[in-house]
Amino acid sequence: MHNSHEHEHEFKIPLGPQHPALKEPESFSIALKGEKILGVDIRLGYNHRGIEKACEERTFLQDVYLLERICGICSHSHSTAYVQAVEEIAGLAVPPRALYIRTLIGELERVHSHFLWLGVAGHEIGFDTLLMYTWRDREIVMDLLAQLTGNRVNYGINTIGGVRRDIAPEQGKDILAGVATLEERTKYYIQIATEETTIIKRLSGVGIISKEDALRLGAVGPTARASGVDRDIRREDPYAAYAELDFDVITDDHCDVYGRTVVRLKELMESFKIIRQIVARIPDGPIAVRAPRKIPAGEAFSRYEAPRGEDVHYVKSNGGEKPERVKVRAPTLANVQTVKHMLKDRFLADMPIVVAAIDPCFSCTDRMVGIRRLDGEKKEILGWESLRSFSLGWHRARGFDVTIAEKRLHQLMEH
Amino acid sequence: MNALFLILIFPGFLFLALFGLFAEFIDRKLYARMQNRQGPPWFQPLADFIKLLGKEDIVPDEANVRMFRLMPLFALTAVVSSIIYIPLWKTGALYSFSGDLVVVLYLLTLPTLTFFIGGWYSTSLYARIGSVRSLTQMFAYEVPLFMGLFSPALLADSWTLSDISRFYIDHPMYCFFNLIGFGVALVALLGKLEKAPFDIPEAETEIVAGTFTEYSGRLYAFFRLAIDIEMVVGASLLAAVFLPFGLKDEAAIGFLIYILKVVLVVFLLTLARTIFARLRIDQMVRFCWKYLVPLALLQLLIVLFLKGVLLQ
Repeated sequence: MHNSHEHEHEFKIPLGPQHPALKEPESFSIALKGEKILGVDIRLGYNHRGIEKACEERTFLQDVYLLERICGICSHSHSTAYVQAVEEIAGLAVPPRALYIRTLIGELERVHSHFLWLGVAGHEIGFDTLLMYTWRDREIVMDLLAQLTGNRVNYGINTIGGVRRDIAPEQGKDILAGVATLEERTKYYIQIATEETTIIKRLSGVGIISKEDALRLGAVGPTARASGVDRDIRREDPYAAYAELDFDVITDDHCDVYGRTVVRLKELMESFKIIRQIVARIPDGPIAVRAPRKIPAGEAFSRYEAPRGEDVHYVKSNGGEKPERVKVRAPTLANVQTVKHMLKDRFLADMPIVVAAIDPCFSCTDRMVGIRRLDGEKKEILGWESLRSFSLGWHRARGFDVTIAEKRLHQLMEH
Repeated sequence: MNALFLILIFPGFLFLALFGLFAEFIDRKLYARMQNRQGPPWFQPLADFIKLLGKEDIVPDEANVRMFRLMPLFALTAVVSSIIYIPLWKTGALYSFSGDLVVVLYLLTLPTLTFFIGGWYSTSLYARIGSVRSLTQMFAYEVPLFMGLFSPALLADSWTLSDISRFYIDHPMYCFFNLIGFGVALVALLGKLEKAPFDIPEAETEIVAGTFTEYSGRLYAFFRLAIDIEMVVGASLLAAVFLPFGLKDEAAIGFLIYILKVVLVVFLLTLARTIFARLRIDQMVRFCWKYLVPLALLQLLIVLFLKGVLLQ
């Protein structure tokens, strides 16, 4: 496609693993021609911690605290998704008050996460004033979380069968006061984001992903909702107390970074609405039921709308004290595929904000999948090609020849 | 002896260096206060400078050593020399000749060229992108800056900075005719100093530190000092041609007013840096040619009209 003359002006610049734009180590290799991006090579894997495997070595209760540490920002999301799965396997009826408290912490977490994101987005487009303002206001919700749970991050409020701390009535007043201030500030930020010229210039039309592509690439959370995908687990598959609460799912048709900003800001207003309802309606009663040490055999699948999108946990128990398998699919894994798409033919200057706009958490996402050959002498890790040929052979032995269907598909596509 | 004092001490290198560091402090402190932060203490820029002087100079293996080492000194020399022709508080500059406004503008162009050459010869990818960006940016802001500064010259019928000041003594209110030109020159100065929203050549989140990515130690300290002094010189130039106040006062008061004028310009630069996000390079170039140049042309038209009608 390119002639040799054009190739002379192309070069690759590394963004990462260590780079000021990135908060975690990951590597983007950008092929540039002048300021235009020709292609992006994303390499993850600098943050792999083997948490899923570590979960199999610990008891169900210990895993709550381990999984909470998958992510510092959405720690409550991961622990809630996990305890929900375990409670489902064990058939525990969690008291309503506990569900409300979980929801409350979850929404406060969303508020702090979205504020944090707004600041990071400001920094990525060289608008540090926004960063300083939002992170100052974020302290209000961090203080609230510290007051309610004892921790600013990794709240440790979830336990299997309920929550560990109750909320006193006077704490409700503090929450309402904090939420009132935050709501004022959020209105101001909505005004800034929708009226300030340089912000709009840097955000609108950048990182476009159409609704079809968002669906095809499996985008979740604000990234999908900003492309008009009306999907929110809190409404689709209500967990905790969301079925009894009244809120709107925010969507936007801009399909760009500007849309993602607007969606997050408006979601903040919805979160404030939810928090107010929780403080007003929280039922009385116990905050936890006793959970057995050994969880009966079974498996469960739990979905949670984390601030960054749908977080999925799968837990399998074999009837012992430790889970047989815990599988985590963090929202960034679903969204990261869209980044490559969004960056096509954009400018180098758009790179940081486009990556930041999916609100990536790479340590949540980092996985290592290795499939070992069980037969044979060598315990080698299978590559893609050998896995494929293994799969073809496996199917052929059972009477299916996948290659014939594949060839026919290619023929159809050519015509 | 007297000449050496003028060049090295006052108003030459030492005064400019200290004033530059002070201007950096004003800039950083105001920036911080407007962002709801505490900000640095008054001696922080000096402390940073001394600390950098004590650090190791690292020159990349691939870099052209001579160019890499020379450029910071070049930048510093260029900005310090340009102060000679700018009248600071009284009407006369240290030295002046017919057409020195043009020379000052060219001397102020040199730092950008040294950024380009220094970044280019340090051979780092980030530095090269940054240096190309600073050159691209130069072509965008230089024309409106020149045109903005030429309108007072047209008004005073002289290309000599000292003559412009002398003209203003007789007609102090005429400076209000040049408000548009002042605005244009101020925005262009933002580009020259590579400050947000035009800090594109140093965009931290894209290309680390741009041109200065490979610079460290003494060389980086001199580059930073050159930028600080460039800010003071640029502000002095704007003050001289657009803010002709306190020219008749005696030296002490005139000096104080001069300092205040420079601080005012620095404040305006800081304000812009606080309230705007960084533009993209294409947006920056478009903005300069689409809005700044027509505004500067409008200013020139106004001045020509006034000269034709009012000053007959």
